Amino acid sequence: MDKGKIHEVISESIIPERDQNKRPVLECSHLGITFGGLVAVDDFNLTVGATEIAGLIGPNGAGKTTAFNLLTKVYQPTRGTILLDGQDTRGMSTMQVNKAGIARTFQNIRLFDKLTVEENVKIGLHNQIKCSTVSSILRLPNYWKTEKEAHEKALELLSIFDMQDMADYKAGSLPYGAQRRLEIVRALATNPKLLLLDEPAAGMNPSETAELMENIRKIRDTFQIAILLIEHDMNLVMGICEGIAVLNFGRIIAKGSPEEIQANPTVIEAYLGKKKED
Amino acid sequence: MKGKKTLNKTSKNNFITMGGLLLVYVIVLILKEGGITTNLINGQLVPICAYMIMAISLNLTVGILGELSLGHAGFMSVGAFGGVFVGTLMQEVSDSKVLCLLVAVIAGGLMAAVAGLLIGVPVLRLRGDYLAIVTLAFGQIIKSIVNILYVGLDSEGLHVSFIEKCEVLDDGKLIISGAMGATGIRKLSTFTFAFIVLVVCLIVIFNLIQSRTGRAIMALRDNRIAAESVGINVTKYKLLVFSISAAMAGMAGTVFAYNYSTVAPTKFDFNTSILVLVFVVLGGLGSIRGSLIAAALLTLLPELLREFSDYRMLVYAIVLILVMLGTNNPKIRDFFAKMFARKKTAKEENANG
Ligand SMILES: Nc1ncnc2c1ncn2[C@@H]1O[C@H](COP(=O)(O)OP(=O)(O)OP(=O)(O)O)[C@@H](O)[C@H]1O
Ligand SMILES: [Mg+2]
Repeated sequence: MDKGKIHEVISESIIPERDQNKRPVLECSHLGITFGGLVAVDDFNLTVGATEIAGLIGPNGAGKTTAFNLLTKVYQPTRGTILLDGQDTRGMSTMQVNKAGIARTFQNIRLFDKLTVEENVKIGLHNQIKCSTVSSILRLPNYWKTEKEAHEKALELLSIFDMQDMADYKAGSLPYGAQRRLEIVRALATNPKLLLLDEPAAGMNPSETAELMENIRKIRDTFQIAILLIEHDMNLVMGICEGIAVLNFGRIIAKGSPEEIQANPTVIEAYLGKKKED
Repeated sequence: MKGKKTLNKTSKNNFITMGGLLLVYVIVLILKEGGITTNLINGQLVPICAYMIMAISLNLTVGILGELSLGHAGFMSVGAFGGVFVGTLMQEVSDSKVLCLLVAVIAGGLMAAVAGLLIGVPVLRLRGDYLAIVTLAFGQIIKSIVNILYVGLDSEGLHVSFIEKCEVLDDGKLIISGAMGATGIRKLSTFTFAFIVLVVCLIVIFNLIQSRTGRAIMALRDNRIAAESVGINVTKYKLLVFSISAAMAGMAGTVFAYNYSTVAPTKFDFNTSILVLVFVVLGGLGSIRGSLIAAALLTLLPELLREFSDYRMLVYAIVLILVMLGTNNPKIRDFFAKMFARKKTAKEENANG
């Protein structure tokens, strides 16, 4: 009975007004996964508006990353459905989900370390700018055309974070903050409808974080996409998220606007209360 | 401006490799025509080219895709016997040596590619050690099959049998005869032909690496989950690499077989797979130039060490260990880095800054 109430009352309220009459980019219902005996995520219901910046927060081990892994099919959900822009992603693989429109970054950075920054972004462009293996081996005109296109597009995307000058560096040799930004650029290169960011500000200093907040907004405004982010930095979350869902022990315990979440006693008990100690 | 520089750097490296290879080819050809090289070395020229192809093709799987394969000689075997078989049929139709060899090499490559696909499909779910074990088993299976395979050709047509030797009329002959392998091969391979095949393979690999396909393959190597998350089809690219790499090994096998009058299946056993892997590891994972150099030197080395007679393999092993230690020793590497001073320091500045 409790479950239904939360779902009904709040899933409506967190979609921003401008997205109300558009189809939500993401609608999850009753999503869940069990690892052996551990119920890592259960009855996960979440709706994200077409151009919304939404937050997913919760204490360590709450199941936030697992929820991302379910959305991107790194794990196949044990139960529940995911609608991406109205399309059921049941049975899709990680690759197919990306083609359908979800791109993500990783909490523990996963770049192509031995390749350059530019190559990392070009790999993100894999399904955007195509050139067959045969054209590549024979160096047909299409190869030169698409390579040039990819090069220009990669630099354009890197310029979002002012990273064009780093194009030649090995991704693995970048400082931590730059690696996180490169992951975002690479994800954006796949032309997603929904961008999932797993702790994008982790390891960044306050000024880097402030800049990141600006850039997340900028990305949403220029690409007109939805962004769902996991973050422990409450300034960032409360600063840019329009709707927030709070996860604890694999279940969503509250949803609402930043103000509602900050005032919610259950959340304070489960999360913010604990946060105050450190 | 910087982006262009990278492209040029890799391309420049490739040109240097290609140029160096051509230079060596010309020098060796002159020495050979001038009668300066010994018969011993002349006999090694085609095998060296074949092993170079083996090394760069295995490097594609191990260094570029990042999957360990212990059965590469299996593909060479498929190419050798498949190629000789088709080449022998071809001789019935055509008198042109080059044409026969060309058709044989293409057929050998195709058959090996099919074998690569056959092994690739069922083992795609496997990774790392498990994949390595399956490829090892594959190599053994190929060897065992060829060991009991008899193929004969006479006026009544083709005869194929396993275990029991098949009957062949007097006007025909056995093309493949079990543990004896392929016998009565006409020595069609020449140094120049083998070299051309090598250059073709090299160009394919260089062009492949510097392309959308190559980047997808290297993405799989560096981080599979991230590669999938940006929409790269793991199955497709793994199979592609498996079959290209196998096709090249098959072509190497055909070229190799046509350098001898008899080739036994034991020529392509586990030891050969490991030998090629040693070329790749010693030359540096992912370094095509390194593979070429290591393959050439390590194929020649045992011949040059003949004066050690019984201790030959012992000395060979010691040299290997020393080279291994040497290339991994920072001091020695620094020394070599200084030799090519200007380029290297520029590169390092780039990497650190
Ligand atoms: N593959 C797996 N197998 C078994 N248990 C797992 C697996 N992945 C996650 N878990 C468990 O699921 C729970 C949720 O983990 P998850 O990584 O989603 O937490 P999180 O909310 O992202 O935490 P953090 O804030 O620390 O990143 C944890 O108890 C974790 O141990
Ligand atoms: Mg997490």
